[in-house]
Amino acid sequence: MEKPISDNAGSQEAICESRRDFLYTCSLAAPLLLLALQAKLVCAFAASEPAYNPREHRYGMGIDVSRCIGCGRCVDACKNENDVPREPFYFRTWVERYVINSAGDTSVDSPNGGISGFPATSSERGILRTFFVPKLCNQCDDPPCVQVCPVGATFATEDGVVLVDRDYCICCRYCVQACPYGARFIDPRTRTADKCTFCYHRVTRGLLPACVEVCPTGARVFGDIKQRSSPLARFTRFHKIHTLKPHMNTKPKVYYADLDEEVR
Amino acid sequence: MEPLGEVLKQVQGYIYPNEVELQWGLLIVVYPYVTGLVAGAFILASLVRVFNVKELQPTYRLALLTALGYLIVAPLPLLAHLGHPERALEIFLTPNVHSAMAMFGFVYAWYLMVVLLLEIWFDYRKDLVLWSAQEKGVRRWVHWILTLGATDLSNKALRFDQSAGRFITIIGIPSAFLLHGYVGFIFGSVKANPWWSSVLMPIVFLFSAIVSGIALVLLLYVVSTLLRSKAVDMLCLDKLASFLFYALVVDFSLEMLDFIHRLYEAEESIGILSQLVSSRLFLSLVILQALLGTILPLIMLGVISPALRSRGSLKTPDELRRLLYVAAAALVQVGIFSTRWNVVIGGQLFSKSLRGLTVYKMQLLGIEGLIVAGFLLLLPLLLLLVLIVLLPPWPEAEAHLPEAA
Amino acid sequence: MPQQLARLLVVFAVLTGGLVVTRHLLIPKTFGQRGHYRAAAVTTIQELPVRYAGREACADCHADIVGLHGKGRHQTVSCEVCHGPAAAHTLAPVENQLPAPRKRAYCPLCHGYDPSRPTGFPQIDPVSHNPMKPCITCHNPHQPEPPHVPEECGACHGEIARTKAVSRHALLPCTQCHKTPVQHKVTPRLLHPDKPRNREFCGQCHAKDAGSPREIPRIDLATHGGRYLCWQCHYPHMPEVD
Repeated sequence: MEKPISDNAGSQEAICESRRDFLYTCSLAAPLLLLALQAKLVCAFAASEPAYNPREHRYGMGIDVSRCIGCGRCVDACKNENDVPREPFYFRTWVERYVINSAGDTSVDSPNGGISGFPATSSERGILRTFFVPKLCNQCDDPPCVQVCPVGATFATEDGVVLVDRDYCICCRYCVQACPYGARFIDPRTRTADKCTFCYHRVTRGLLPACVEVCPTGARVFGDIKQRSSPLARFTRFHKIHTLKPHMNTKPKVYYADLDEEVR
Repeated sequence: MEPLGEVLKQVQGYIYPNEVELQWGLLIVVYPYVTGLVAGAFILASLVRVFNVKELQPTYRLALLTALGYLIVAPLPLLAHLGHPERALEIFLTPNVHSAMAMFGFVYAWYLMVVLLLEIWFDYRKDLVLWSAQEKGVRRWVHWILTLGATDLSNKALRFDQSAGRFITIIGIPSAFLLHGYVGFIFGSVKANPWWSSVLMPIVFLFSAIVSGIALVLLLYVVSTLLRSKAVDMLCLDKLASFLFYALVVDFSLEMLDFIHRLYEAEESIGILSQLVSSRLFLSLVILQALLGTILPLIMLGVISPALRSRGSLKTPDELRRLLYVAAAALVQVGIFSTRWNVVIGGQLFSKSLRGLTVYKMQLLGIEGLIVAGFLLLLPLLLLLVLIVLLPPWPEAEAHLPEAA
Repeated sequence: MPQQLARLLVVFAVLTGGLVVTRHLLIPKTFGQRGHYRAAAVTTIQELPVRYAGREACADCHADIVGLHGKGRHQTVSCEVCHGPAAAHTLAPVENQLPAPRKRAYCPLCHGYDPSRPTGFPQIDPVSHNPMKPCITCHNPHQPEPPHVPEECGACHGEIARTKAVSRHALLPCTQCHKTPVQHKVTPRLLHPDKPRNREFCGQCHAKDAGSPREIPRIDLATHGGRYLCWQCHYPHMPEVD
């Protein structure tokens, strides 16, 4: 069980020698290491032109219900810009029409999401209130869809936009179940979850989302919550703001002005 | 897209445009049904181990193997349902700790590896060692591998097997509760859906799981005993039926509590949910789940089993009683499957706008079709057959230590 | 340690080791850099193609039209609403010409009468308004002011006009109650019509001693309705009580 003492003495020297060798090899590597570090630093400097910094922004949208004319141009533009399937089942944004009659009954419709406008209502007689409501992903600050995604395929960016990673989504459909607003769907071509992204690829370049761009009456207002001067700041100053399903406590960032109590 | 076009025509009222496609179909009905049977069968087995219900001893090993067979099949409907099953491993690689579905993957893995497999291994170890010593050919090697090389059969080792098995069962009971209660939580925690979102959901799921598990083991015990031309132990069967009765009482009470609570509070969703139950879910909920699946078996078992009175309120000859037990257990299976259907499909038949109802177009072929679902329901029984051949649970197959010299 | 436990520990050690190695090999490199997601996904999404150029882009080459358009009634309507996505056109204008809608069917998408549209929004009945003629015959889309000032208030207040048209007040012209400067029809938002301010106004026809035709219903102006102004209960455009 015991080792002979003589072996220890020999190995002590051997350790000394190997330590020396080791340090020598390290010193050879030092210039190489320095070179590599320098290369990294150079790269970092080269890329330090004003890149988009998501931490400087936080996006939201205002919707003025009393300005929406239900033309559906926003629905069409969104499908064009984002390559959304044209079947009448998949929408990143859609428009609903509410008709409330004097008896208090409410009827809601959204023919093909409103993409080609709406067919005429039967008659004005008996109408108490009627209006159009555009809907889209509310880009919640406490999104239930992000909470339930098992793999981290849907997530909120630092600038407040909820995105879906198409190359990571396993299509379990839990996020679609968890969204209280019906904003999510499964794209049948990629078999992944999909939804409005606030046209992230546009807003990070300083453009407006496609739906805001084409709205003819200015019913949709886009803005940066972190900016003191923006159309959204004015919108939230001069209108009483409602959000959809506030009792769900999802903290939506789509702010509705003139929203009727019948809207779900 | 044709089925969706058909669905669009049958929508009543208003649904959000994206809701026309039901997200979770038949496969996701099969899944909680299968995991429920696992939890129920295991809890039945634990009645023997931990609560020393001696009468149920003949079903002990059968219940464990049943649980294993169903547990192995449980992930299959989920995998089949995923749009990208090849990415399924991501749930274990980058799980979102806030997601009930992700965490369930670990609950499942824990239950399989640490509870069920270990319990079976400790219970069978002695037999595995003896069988591999006495047999020849493939069976010998399979059994030898399964011993993992732990061939010590001394009294100390056997006592360790017993106490380890007991310890694991004690951990196993809350684990089984967690396994199927968690599935209930996956639905119950979805605040967006008023049909699912409920504190009671995990509890209801769990007790309906216990009910279905006991009923399944009852059926399997009768069928397997008769197929082997042996006599059915009526004391065991009577005990099984009594436990089934008690579990049904709790399950029914919980469902009635949920029902009364919803009607009494009459929250905003009560309008559309009442419409849902009276139109789309009338057959599956009122008839299949409540009447045929719960109330009728309750009456049958209450009257003929010794649950309420020691010889049953109505005395019946053994063979008739056995037949009625089997009928009640079969009705219970139909009832619990309907329960899963009503939760999963029912929760998607109404719009989150609370203004409309849609329909579910069940397909025959295709991965979400009836044929695949039927196969997945049959597969655990086939697996059970393999397990029974490999690890016979019958008293006569048990290996005995040679008499001490 | 009991033999069983030793064997089991070996098995678990192997499995755990395998899991750790698999995790290391299979988790994507950028996962977790900015949160519980693949940071590379954000870059992928940011690099998606842009299809709408934005109205600011049109002014570079079409300054005259943009100038005209910016002063007219369509100033809030982006070029791409009617001309479609134009990003490709800005990159290669000749190869990617943009369509311009010329058929009658297009303009009613916004301007066809729909009672759900907000009052004041100009609407026409596509069937009866100059049938068969393309809209652009009379309306330049970049300066769509109508060729002559609309005579009827119903041109922009369609829902009110149609509601009134089937009510007891059908034969009253709008100007009976609303004094409207002619300029209102040209610059609607700058000059508004007025509204009656007191009960005596309705009393001109409805008071007991009014000189109006006998079939008009009469009330005692002093007592009927107490403290309220008439229109706080009666909707003037559909004043039916029953």
